[in-house]
Formats: sequence, C-alpha cells, structure tokens
Amino acid sequence: MLRLEARPAPSRAASLLSPLLALAVTVVIGIALFALLGKDPARGLAMFFVEPFRGAYAVSELFVKATPLMLIGLGLAVCYRANVWNIGAEGQFLLGAIAATWVALQATPGTGHWIVVPILLAGIAGGMAWAAIVAFLRDRANASEILVSLMLVYVSVQLLNWLVYGAWKDPEGYNFPQTITFLEPTRIPRLFAGLRLNIGLPIALLAVGAFWLYLFRAFGGFRMQVGGLAAAAARYAGFSSRRALWTALLISGGMSGLAGALEVAGPVGQLTPYVPAGYGFAAIIVAFVGRLHPVGILFSSLLMSLFYLGGEYAQSRLGLPKSITGVFQGVLLFCLLASDTLIHYRVRWQPAHPQHAAAGKDA
Amino acid sequence: MTTSTRRAVLRGTALGSLALAAALAGCSKKDEASSTESAAASAPAASAAAVPASAASGPLKVAFVYIGPVGDHGWSFAHDNGRKALEKELGAQVQTTPVEKVPESADAERVFRDMASQGNTLIFGTSFGYMEPMLKAAADNKGVHFEHATGYKTADNLRTYDSRTYEGAYMAGVVAGGMTKSNVIGVVGSVPIPEVIRNIDSFTLGAQSVNPKVKTRVVWVNEWFNPPKETEGAQSLIDGGADVLLQNTDSSAVLQTAEKNGKYAFGWDSDMAAIGPKAHLASAVINWGPYYIKAAKDAIAGTWTTGKTWWGVKEGAIDLTSISDKVPADLKAKVDKVKAGLKDGSFSIWKGPIKDNTGKEVLKDGQVADDAFLGGIKFFVAGVDAPVPGAK
Amino acid sequence: MDAYALLLAATLNAGTVLAIAGLGLLVNERAGVVNLGAEGMMLVAAIAGFATAVHTGSDWLAFGAGAAAGALMAAAFGVLVIWLNTNQYASGLALSLFGNGFSAFVGIGYVQEHLAPRPRFSVPWLGDLPFVGPALFRQHPMVYLAVVLAVALTWFLYRSRAGLVLRAVGESPESAQALGYPVRRIRLLAVVCGGALCGVAGAYLSVIYTPLWVEDMVSGKGWIALALTTFATWRPLRVLLGAYLFGGVTMLQFHLQAQGVAISSQLLSMLPYLATIAVLVLISRNPAWIRANMPASLGKPFFPGN
Repeated sequence: MLRLEARPAPSRAASLLSPLLALAVTVVIGIALFALLGKDPARGLAMFFVEPFRGAYAVSELFVKATPLMLIGLGLAVCYRANVWNIGAEGQFLLGAIAATWVALQATPGTGHWIVVPILLAGIAGGMAWAAIVAFLRDRANASEILVSLMLVYVSVQLLNWLVYGAWKDPEGYNFPQTITFLEPTRIPRLFAGLRLNIGLPIALLAVGAFWLYLFRAFGGFRMQVGGLAAAAARYAGFSSRRALWTALLISGGMSGLAGALEVAGPVGQLTPYVPAGYGFAAIIVAFVGRLHPVGILFSSLLMSLFYLGGEYAQSRLGLPKSITGVFQGVLLFCLLASDTLIHYRVRWQPAHPQHAAAGKDA
Repeated sequence: MTTSTRRAVLRGTALGSLALAAALAGCSKKDEASSTESAAASAPAASAAAVPASAASGPLKVAFVYIGPVGDHGWSFAHDNGRKALEKELGAQVQTTPVEKVPESADAERVFRDMASQGNTLIFGTSFGYMEPMLKAAADNKGVHFEHATGYKTADNLRTYDSRTYEGAYMAGVVAGGMTKSNVIGVVGSVPIPEVIRNIDSFTLGAQSVNPKVKTRVVWVNEWFNPPKETEGAQSLIDGGADVLLQNTDSSAVLQTAEKNGKYAFGWDSDMAAIGPKAHLASAVINWGPYYIKAAKDAIAGTWTTGKTWWGVKEGAIDLTSISDKVPADLKAKVDKVKAGLKDGSFSIWKGPIKDNTGKEVLKDGQVADDAFLGGIKFFVAGVDAPVPGAK
Repeated sequence: MDAYALLLAATLNAGTVLAIAGLGLLVNERAGVVNLGAEGMMLVAAIAGFATAVHTGSDWLAFGAGAAAGALMAAAFGVLVIWLNTNQYASGLALSLFGNGFSAFVGIGYVQEHLAPRPRFSVPWLGDLPFVGPALFRQHPMVYLAVVLAVALTWFLYRSRAGLVLRAVGESPESAQALGYPVRRIRLLAVVCGGALCGVAGAYLSVIYTPLWVEDMVSGKGWIALALTTFATWRPLRVLLGAYLFGGVTMLQFHLQAQGVAISSQLLSMLPYLATIAVLVLISRNPAWIRANMPASLGKPFFPGN
C-alpha cells in the first residue's frame, strides 16, 4: 500500500511542480468532463487556453480581469503569511468601492484629472477602515478574524444596497438602484485606446515587486511574519504580534480597497448592486495557488482570469454551462492542496506489515 | 538572490515570454478579424440605404444575452421561448446564439463585444443593467444592431424594447379582487424600480375595479431571483392576512408557498399552472416571440431603425393565460372584456381620476397617462398599504 | 395575535435549516476541525436531495441522499485535512467553491422540475390548541427532529463516554493519542457526521423549505451556520436558540414590511450579521471564557507520532 513518509526537509522541486501538477490534473478532469458532456475535448481546452489570447482585446481583458485578483491576492498573501485569516476581502473591496464613489461623486465636469488620485487613496482608506474593524476586534476582544471579516462582508453588501437604493441613487435614473455614471475626469486613465486596460495593471505589477521586497528583503516584513506565526518567539525577539496583526490587516484591507476603487472608477464607471463580483473570494484561491509568493500570485491571478474568460467562451462558443468555471476553480484548489503534501511528504510503496499495527499508534 | 527566487524569476520569464508570444500571434489574427469587421461594418451601412434582400450572404446571426439561467421558469425562460419562436418562424434565415447568466457587471461589456466580434449583427440584451455596457459596445461596433430590453437610453444602433407587463398585472388584479375573501392581496416585489411599482399599482387598480374595498401589501426581496427569500416574503404576506399573491420575482417559489398555505397566487413571466394546481389562478405570460421576429425581419430587410418599442396585449406581447376553473364565469367575462378593450385600444388602465396613497391626485378625471408618465411612476396608488422604498 | 403565532411558526421553520447545519458543524468543531465548506456541502446535498425527490417521490429518501452527499464531500475534505494535513481553512474554502460550481453544473437539468405539493403536518390534538397550536405544532417533522437532535447531542457530549472522547480529541489530540485513542479516525468520523448533518439541512432546504432547485439557493446559510457554532459557544442547545434567533430576524424583516412599516430592508438585513459579531466579541473578550468554551485544537493540524 502507499505510505506517506515525512521528508527531512521541504522539497523545493515539489514546491514549484505542485501547482503545475495540480493544473495538469485539473486539465485531465476537464477533458473527461467535456467528453461526458458530448463536446470535443480539444475544442473545450482551446476555449480555456487559446481563445483568451486571440486578439489584443481578448488579451487586454485577461489582464483587466486579473488586476483586481492580483491586488487583493497580494494583500491576502501578506495576511496569511502572518497567520491572520482574513476571509473578508470582498467586504474590504466593497468599502473601497464605496469610498471611491463618494469622492467621485464630488467631481464636477470641470474638475481636473488629478481627482483620480484622491479616488484611489479613498479606496485604500475605505478598505483599510473596514479591515481595521476586524483588527480592532481581534486585538481587543480576541474575536476570530475569520468570522468577523466574513460577517462584515454581508454587512458591506447591505450597506452598498442601502446607498444605491437610497441616498446615492441617480435622480435621473428612473429609480433604478445605481449612482450616476461617473463624470469623465474621474475615470481611471486607460493605457491604450479601445482597450479597457488601465493604469491598474502597472500599479498591480509594481505592487508585485514592492511586496516581494517587503516580504523577503525588508526587516518590517520579516518582523510581521514572525510576529504572526510565532507569537512567543516574536515576543522574545521584541517583535509585537499585535503590530503584526494590524499591519497585516491594514495592508490587505488597503489592497482590497484599491482594487475596489479601480473597478468602480474603471471598467464599471458607477456604483451598482452588482459591484460585488466575488473577487474577494476568488483572490483567496489566487493567493494559495500562488504559494503566497508575489510572483506566484502574478501568474495564479492570470490563471484564474483564464478560467473565468474560458468559461465565458466555452458557454458562448460551445454551449457549455457557465458553472463549469466554478467546478474547475474548486478542483484546481483541491488538487493543489493535495499535491502540496508532496512538499512535506514522500510517497512510498510498502507491502503491508502485520507487525506495524502497533497498539496505541493509529494508522 | 536565493535559489527559490531565482527559479521563480526564471519560471516567470519563461511563462511571460510564452504569453507574449501568444499575444503577438493573437495580434496578427486580430488584424484579420478587424478587417473583416470593418468590411461587415460598411456592408450593413450600405444596405441600410440600398435595401437589398439580405445584408449578409449567410443567415442572420442573432445573439441573446440573458441575466439568469434559461431554466428559471421566469424572465430568462420567457426570453428564450421568444428566441425559439424566432427560430421556428424564420428557420434557416437566422442562426441564434444564447448566452445565459451574464452578470450586470464589468463582465457584460466583454460579452457584448465578443458577440459582436463573433459575427452577430443583431444582439438582444435582456436586462436593465446591460444599458451602459451595451452603449459602450454599440459605440465601437457601428455595424451591429443592439436591442436593449427595459432600458431608456438609445443610440443610432441601439434601441429599446419592453413589454407592458402592467397590463398583465391589471388583469391579474381583476381576478384577485374577485377571488379575495380577506380583501387583502399581497405582492412579493423584486426591486423597487418604476416597472415593478407600476405593476403593483396596476394590480391594485384592477382589483379595485371589481372590489373597491381591497388593500394591497408589499414586501421587497431586493433581488430578482432568490427562491428562499421569495418563500419567506410570501409567507409573511400570508401570515399578515393576504390570500391572493402576485409576484414580480422570477421563480415559482411564491406560487409554491401559496399552494402550501392553501391560498391563491399567479404565475409570472411564464405559465406556472402545473406548479401549483390548487393555488394557481392565472399566469401573466410575456411573449417576446412577436417582437423578436419583427426585429429579425427588420435586420434582414435592412429597415432596422432606432427607437423605443413598448408592446402590450394589442401586439401579443403580454397575456393572462390559463385562467383556472376556480374563477367564476362572470369574473372571467370581466377579464375578457378588459383584454378586448386593450386589444382594440378602447380601454385605458391608467385613466384618471387616480390618487396616490398620500391622497395627492396624480391623474385628473378623464386624463389618460402617456408613456412618459408611465415610465416614471414612483408612487403607490391609494389602496396600497406600503411606502415606496427610497422615494424622495 | 394570530399573526404572531404565524410569525413564530415561520421562525421555527426558517431556523431549522440553520440549526441542523449548525449542529453538524458543532460536531466536527468539537473534534478540532473547522470545515469552511459548509455552504458547498449544503448546495451539493440540496441538489442531491431534490433530484432524489424528483425521481423517487420520497422525501425521506431525499434526506438520505442529502446526508450521503454531505458525508461524501466531508470525507474527501477529511482525508485532505486529517491525513494529508493540508490547511483547514483553504481546504474548506476549496470545498465551498467546488460545491458551488458542481451543484450548479449537476443541477442544470433540474431547474425546471418541481415536486408534488408538500404535505401539511399537524401534531394531533396539540396542533389545534389556540395560539400554541399554529405557532408550534404544525411543523414538518424535521423541525422537531432538530430539537431532538440538539437534546441528543447535549446528552452525547456531556453524558456519554464517546462524547467525552470526542471532546478530549478536540481539546488535546496529543493527550488523547497518548491514552490510546485513534485520534485521526475519530476526527474523520466527526467530520463525516458533521457533513451528513449539513447534507440533511441542505436537502431540507430544497425539498421542504423551498421545493425548487436553483443555483446558489443556500445563499449564505452555510456561512451563517458556521458563525452559529461560535455564537453558541459550541453548545448544542445554544446552537438551536441561535438558529431560531437568526431565522426570527429574517422573518421579522419581512413581517415588518408586510405590515407597512417603513424601515429600510437593507438595514434590517444587516441585523443577523451584526448580532453575530456582537456575540463573538462578548464571548471572546474574556480569554478564560474562550479557553473554557472553544475546543483548544480547533483549526490546528495534528501530527501523530511526534
């Protein structure tokens, strides 16, 4: 039978191969699924891996969709490396969008383009504020950040609805729940004419670099990670686990809020009840598949975006159901978690030994 | 640099160059695609002036974008039925592509552009929230005809269409007013937009036309489609005394709840008679088929122009069907009379004097509301025991 | 008066789904495992139960199918988390996401289906009492089973040997192992039982509560059930109470609307979640309380043979 044997040291090779193995298994399952549904597996795979690259518009959409995932994922990676389990990124994303909307609504047609900066800063502040609630309650009351951040997601959705159905509703909008379409000066500048790619992408790429420096080169990053992972050791070294908690949550909240601001002032251009698109939760997968490493997250966010777009193309070109995307995402994460065990364990084939069934040691 | 970071960078560069290569390969394809597109763009423009038999050499490619799943028995289901009617009527002249569950978010724009780039020259967007995405896609795809359901913004190549669902609501109200014993009727409302408020008002007006004592109560689910919430909303209306329910939501949960409680309800968007045999009184069914056929014929003949279309009972876009045997004959006769009046234009639902539920007169005696008035209704008529959410 | 009786009845009905799921999660959390995949398990169980009801016409078979589906998914999760020691939170999330997509995928053919009209129940004699009759005694048997389950779990955890072992595993798996108990098998059993109960709750939702299948019909109840266990400080009867409280707030919101009260429905909808946060804060503030209430090994991986 197969046995798992602990490795003396985590395997580097497995660490890099594991995401690829998980992807491979997901693809195999995908092929089986396509065949089961009576569709040509090659065409099915093409929808996911070829179509999204066909044409400048398609590629730009790939990056447009990946940008919020990247930003939020980077923030979450920081959080998780500090052992702070922020599940409420979606709520922080929304608060960022709401704060950004508030600033955008102050604009008049004559306002200069400089207003984009306060919009983005407001987004960061909004996300930070929402995450600060989680940090405060964990700090002062030991309340589980998982549950508090999750509950706050629901609260934030209701807050968003309350605003677009009430105080911020467009008076010319036939009572539909949405704000006015943001005025021209508030729009996030685009990179190329005709494509939706905006400065969010360069910001995200810069963030990848910045976070890499912070996590692996900066003393502050080191201190934060130790402070979160080993509170006792941290105390001994003079690091504050309390500070680690706040740092992690504020950074992650700020990044989620920034993504929210970019989304609402960018591709969407107004605040609607449909702004919560699930990026906050998808980014959790992105963070894990990216091994909580900034460069890994860069690629896993593109991969996730590929899945989203692929699912859309599969639906419109092949008539496959949209829910296939969710299946693939879940399977990918599962496979990744399973193949991650290869980092710490070796698989050995061993014939069953009766004398190994020692009393007291469980199988 | 540590080994792991070096490997990460190497892996990154490898994958990055792969992606870049693919993008460049894709770019060259894009040039082909854009040249075909510009050719297609000029062809319909020319044909609009010249009126040839068909704009393209093959069948008309029509795309339908739905907000929900086609099997929801509600809104998207009705649209898909319209699409099927179009296929049946025009056969080989059209080739339809439905896309379902497209959220009203940033993703929608991509889907509309994609549909256009796939060669579809007539695209239907079946939900209000597609308005801005469609406008953007329309601006960049001048050769494609866009049709937006329930919206209010148009462009040279984007027009709006809608169904007078309030006529169906009125007729249901006539039935409800006659069938209620508690004189309390209820509506499970979805989202407090003018269309829904107008439906609630028309339902009330219809009921009052046969039973002036009737009162309407409303609960808001704040979503178009959420069966558990619709169930809870319906239950609380029933618990509050309502014995006939109408819904503006998209599932059959309200009818099922009425069935469970031994009360009455109506089907909405599609015929729901089979779902709640004891509770079902009638179904207000939207029929998008006639409009889709007309729009496709316009596109094929090259006579497509922008505008706003609002079809009702007269054009066959809405009807109250499957009226149950539980409804007494004289009540049925009243409904038929209304239907006939709507068909030949002799009957107007929104004709004064009508007061809102704060006592203010909104339509004077004899005054008939025009489409502009109907499009902006933000008040509840007298007899509706509820405040309008978010009204200023 | 009648309206309040009916409101109470609706509350009990609405709370039952949360109660059963919450009790299931309580079982696996008592063993030290957090399963964030509750939502996914409930969704898969909902479609499994609905499909079974459509094909066999039997509600009880449907509940069985739901339990089986939940147990199966929980087992997969359990193997990952207990034997391969993957991160519990990430694995649970993966389960949720997978369950969401998978249930939507499998359920495509069932969106148009509907079940035979649901039977109406009434406890003989008790159901006819004024006020308490319609309020308490005209519910589906599952509502009463939820109460029985809560009582049974209380007895199991605090009065039976097996329950003691379960709690020991949750408090200190190392000590339990030293005493000779197969910690990993016990944890797996707890996780599978928890999954089965979540499955029953999911099936109840799609077969009784709203006899329909639509994608994402659980719409967050799984996450609320997770919050419930903490809200109830991991005690079964408190889970029951909390479930009814949450159910009550939801129904209250509609009830107030139906009466014409002009309160913003969005602010009312926030209440259950704010209430959970408030309770979380209250019970967590005192570290001694938390130590006394929360299973000490909750969420931490266990490595036998250390």
